[in-house]
Amino acid sequence: MTANIDSSDTSARHSGYDAETYERLVQDAQQIIARYPVARSALLPMLHLVQSEDAYVSRNGIEFCAEQLGLTTAEVSAVATFYTQYKRKPNGEYTIGVCTNTLCAVMGGDEIFDELSEHLGIGHDETTEDGKITLERIECNAGCDFAPVVMANWEFMDNQTPESATQLVDDLRAGKDVTPSRGPHKICGFKAVSRVLAGFNDGRADEGPGAGAASIEGTKLAREHGWTADSAKLAPSGDDQSEVAPRTGEPGSSAERPAGKDEAK
Amino acid sequence: MTQYNTVLAPVLSAFWDQPNSWTLATYLENGGYEGLKKALTQKPEDIVTTIKDSGLRGRGGAGFPTGMKWGFLPPDDGGPRYLVVNADESEPGTCKDIPLMMAAPQFLIEGVVITSYAIGCNHAFIYLRGEVVHVYRRLLRAVEEAYAAGYLGKNIQGSGFDLDVTVHAGAGAYICGEETALLDSLEGRRGQPRLKPPFPAVAGLYSRPTVVNNVESVASVPQIVARGAEWFASMGTERSKGNGLFSLSGHVKRPGQYEAPLGITLRELIDMAGGMREGHELKFWTPGGSSTPIFTAEHLDVPLDYESVGAAGSMLGTRALQIFDETTSVVRAVTRWTEFYAHESCGKCTPCREGTYWLKQVLRRLEQGKGVEGDIETLLDTCDNILGRAFCALGDGATSCITSAIKYFREEFEAGMHTPASELFPPVRSALFEYTPKQRVALAGAGAH
Repeated sequence: MTANIDSSDTSARHSGYDAETYERLVQDAQQIIARYPVARSALLPMLHLVQSEDAYVSRNGIEFCAEQLGLTTAEVSAVATFYTQYKRKPNGEYTIGVCTNTLCAVMGGDEIFDELSEHLGIGHDETTEDGKITLERIECNAGCDFAPVVMANWEFMDNQTPESATQLVDDLRAGKDVTPSRGPHKICGFKAVSRVLAGFNDGRADEGPGAGAASIEGTKLAREHGWTADSAKLAPSGDDQSEVAPRTGEPGSSAERPAGKDEAK
Repeated sequence: MTQYNTVLAPVLSAFWDQPNSWTLATYLENGGYEGLKKALTQKPEDIVTTIKDSGLRGRGGAGFPTGMKWGFLPPDDGGPRYLVVNADESEPGTCKDIPLMMAAPQFLIEGVVITSYAIGCNHAFIYLRGEVVHVYRRLLRAVEEAYAAGYLGKNIQGSGFDLDVTVHAGAGAYICGEETALLDSLEGRRGQPRLKPPFPAVAGLYSRPTVVNNVESVASVPQIVARGAEWFASMGTERSKGNGLFSLSGHVKRPGQYEAPLGITLRELIDMAGGMREGHELKFWTPGGSSTPIFTAEHLDVPLDYESVGAAGSMLGTRALQIFDETTSVVRAVTRWTEFYAHESCGKCTPCREGTYWLKQVLRRLEQGKGVEGDIETLLDTCDNILGRAFCALGDGATSCITSAIKYFREEFEAGMHTPASELFPPVRSALFEYTPKQRVALAGAGAH
């Protein structure tokens, strides 16, 4: 299915991109396509790639994807218009998505959205004149235990209030770095984040916390009470129990073994 | 100190509070990859048997026995077969897989390797929703680390078994959590469900035999293999074995993730979460996300296992316990959920596409206190025409909150004929922060979604 790009013949068609950009995008696209047994599977990440270049799914981008994957532009457009993360007009540098699904809305998300909308002078899916902020109502983003949640370029801003959300957009518009609640050291721009979503890691995976406070409420409570998954009675088993990994802190676990034995350190 | 009848059973969440919990090093310090080492000494079919014996059931909502799902694959015909992990967690209220993959992604990676070995897969995919970029970074990094340490790639741990893993980011569509829509999306198409049969086990990704499993299901596999099926089956109830993440959100003092044996009750969980917020009482809750019929205070002692929740008229779903106190308008809650389903309906089938649209219209006027005579009957009739007639479970799920809310709180819908929900239940009282309500001028497009 993959259309082979003959590099000697690319002058004819660059999907509207200049030759240098085109070559770079082709390199990226080939890396993406190589991840899949069937080329068309690369389409979603390639649309993220297009957004990393143009900040939306541009006409050029649609042509580029179609040409690389041997699809028609209609087929590419049909896919691009199905998914909410693909933008049909240039996005702001930061997408501020306020969760207004039921749980977050009731916990205060509705008020946060209204406050931001008034403060910025824009409604849902609109962008400030300075091109910095695109405001969105978003659906549940799987952070309900941190409600109300705001996503800033798809990084978690937990336990928000109208004041904290207003501060967030003011800081971003002023060009200040903002650290998300559970994410890298700073919220990256829309294009940079789109490139990560195309599957190109930006080296920030090891930044930020492993878990937020709510995520570890149960972990902490269990530790406080000494509860483990073996508190339940074990049925006698003929299994070779000796091969079972010891749990942290128990005899034979890494806490008990000499450090040198632990190959991962 | 409070006495608890049921205690927590942290496995997947056991070390989320450790520094650098997401790294391979931390995972190995906590017994990581012991399950894989043991698995690679066994025949693949013996691992399938272990998972069957453990009683593990799909943790993505439907509760289908995981080992049986694996067993449905046809005999090897020499062609490829695939494992696709459903990491598209988007069901409203559901927030367990995302923190798991952020805090300890290696559970999933090890589970992917063992599962792939068990089903004869050499290329597995993790389909992650696109709206959680830091989780994507963590998964990409976890895969890199696993390759570097020889847990992925060629000849894994000298076993002769090869496995590649591709982590794929979606682009925002709830429907892609439906397993066949997910497969279409992963093939680079609009995420719309496929007609079943054929089931994915027979013709899934690229029309090849495919297992689609939820993140938590796959992540549970390594410790079952390491500690034995009996260990897992010793937790939980007779037919709902093992443990799972229970996600408490809303009007409780300490919302969060509580990993417990199946069969724990909401009363016990709320107790562990410090109780309801001060001065308030429970009004209604979802046992497993917005697609499961709501419960009320009378269901506080229902054991949260598949059978008991079903017998009480709902579904265990994803154990997404969204908890609302007496300040909350049921009509407002249900209207918002319905707007969600209307927004996320893929448009493929008429009952869901048209039905959710009309449900939304009727509910909006009820919320505004502008309902008309017969609206409740119209809602129930429309739900009746969607339930069981939609192409996939999205349509069925859309009706759950409406029919159950009318069953328990019919008077609030009747009040919607004359009084706005915001007068009966001022939103300011439900919010978790204090504010002074303002009269606002709605901006163009502000209500559109």
